[in-house]
Amino acid sequence: METFDHNALQETLSAMMPGAVFNTNPQFVEAVVPANDLHKFALELKMNSKTQFDYLVCQTGLDKNEELSVVFHLRSTKLNHSCVLKVITSDRINPEFDSVFDIWKSAEFFEREIFDLLGIKFKNHPDLRRLFLEDDFVGYPLRKDFVDNINIVQ
Amino acid sequence: MVEKREIILGENEPYVINMGPQHPSTHGVLRFELSLKGETVFKVVPHCGYIHRGIEKMCESNTYQQIIHLTDRMDYLSAHPNNEAVSLCVEKALGIEVPERVKVIRTILSELGRLASHQLWWCAFGMDLGALTTFFYGLRDREKILDIFEESFGSRLLHSYICPGGLMNDVHPNFKQRIKDFIPYFRKKLPEYDQLLSGNVIFKERSRGIGMLSLEDAISYGVTGPSGRGSGFSCDIRKSQPYSAYDRVDFKEILFTEGDTYARYRVRIAEMWESMKILEQLVDQIPDGDYTAKMKPIIKLPEGEYYQSVETARGELGVYIVSKGDKFPVRVKFRTPNFSNLFAINHMAVGHKIADLVAISGSLDLVIPDIDR
Repeated sequence: METFDHNALQETLSAMMPGAVFNTNPQFVEAVVPANDLHKFALELKMNSKTQFDYLVCQTGLDKNEELSVVFHLRSTKLNHSCVLKVITSDRINPEFDSVFDIWKSAEFFEREIFDLLGIKFKNHPDLRRLFLEDDFVGYPLRKDFVDNINIVQ
Repeated sequence: MVEKREIILGENEPYVINMGPQHPSTHGVLRFELSLKGETVFKVVPHCGYIHRGIEKMCESNTYQQIIHLTDRMDYLSAHPNNEAVSLCVEKALGIEVPERVKVIRTILSELGRLASHQLWWCAFGMDLGALTTFFYGLRDREKILDIFEESFGSRLLHSYICPGGLMNDVHPNFKQRIKDFIPYFRKKLPEYDQLLSGNVIFKERSRGIGMLSLEDAISYGVTGPSGRGSGFSCDIRKSQPYSAYDRVDFKEILFTEGDTYARYRVRIAEMWESMKILEQLVDQIPDGDYTAKMKPIIKLPEGEYYQSVETARGELGVYIVSKGDKFPVRVKFRTPNFSNLFAINHMAVGHKIADLVAISGSLDLVIPDIDR
């Protein structure tokens, strides 16, 4: 059973990540971090003995019309606590974040999926190709402004 | 002047061949791009997307009751936990407490599904290694479970039976008796599995020390379920975040620390014993009452983000729903267990022979529609 003190974890995180904004979320401690500091903070979250987030449960992209974001669900297998990390950009034409594949190996393929379906690029990714769709597919289907007149997915 | 030269393929540089997408031991439409030297694998690049249906996109224009029917089509061998994940997530968002009867029946169904899934895995794994007999033994016993399913809700594979608020309809009156008959039957039959395969010398030689995955790598790649527990990764959601009736049953989390194919095999065999233990504890304790909580015909989730994990037969399934207060979700993400399990295969298979790659992918228990979604 997950029984950890949300407030204590939030204090630890806010001390570790200056510049992070904390959202209210009844389920998780949720932090929005500046995109430039993403890789630095992610590495710190994994390595710091107070947090030890060694397991990236889920990494996914979100399109909320005016902004694109990437959401990380992190869990520590040793300390049994979890948190949510978010990075947000308003750049819809060329959105780009740091890749975290060197911190959590599973991120390499989560990032390929996000690139495939939402068109978010990741800096320093070793093999950023489409994962599910064909290489010559035009557009990013999970974006809200995606229109496909041939294969109507509704 | 033309110079005569002899070129032997694969002598200096790796020889690249495709395994799949129509290969029987990839268990579906998955293609491995193999770099070989002789028969030794140097690199495995999985290519997915042959059965990508855009389930996450479809979810954005369907109501929560309709999404249930799409989740069956992901991991079709453990459809109940898939349905349960979405249902639990919706119930958590609405703050609904389901009746006790529903909780117990859901747990029973999940465990029956786990048994059926592990039985089919055992059939196919034996066949991957060239033992055809396992297929008949496994399917013989799986049929009994599918009959229980068919009697109660009419379908054998894609049930769509667990829905937000409870169950689609009440279980058949024979449900309890059928499970009571099945458990002693399978308790007698499961030792046959060990006699056929577990103690077989050829099988042990083929699986011991093959496809090593260390604990650190299992965590880093996010390999969960029996595959992760074969490396000593304590990742059972039923224990760490109990849902439905798992907090009131007594069972062990099976952990092996070897991290090879044989360890992953033994985790699943031991899990079948544990599943039967859970069933025995619950089958006499199904309380009377409603089979569903009172639900509105149109479910609108309050604005926010919700996450729910369940343990399917293959590992941790996470459902992440973002809602804006509408009847349609803004975004639904399925964190499927097979997706993360698959991509550890390059790490595990390098240096082994092609035949061992088949054993490794068999021991991961891949279901391809679950990867592609």
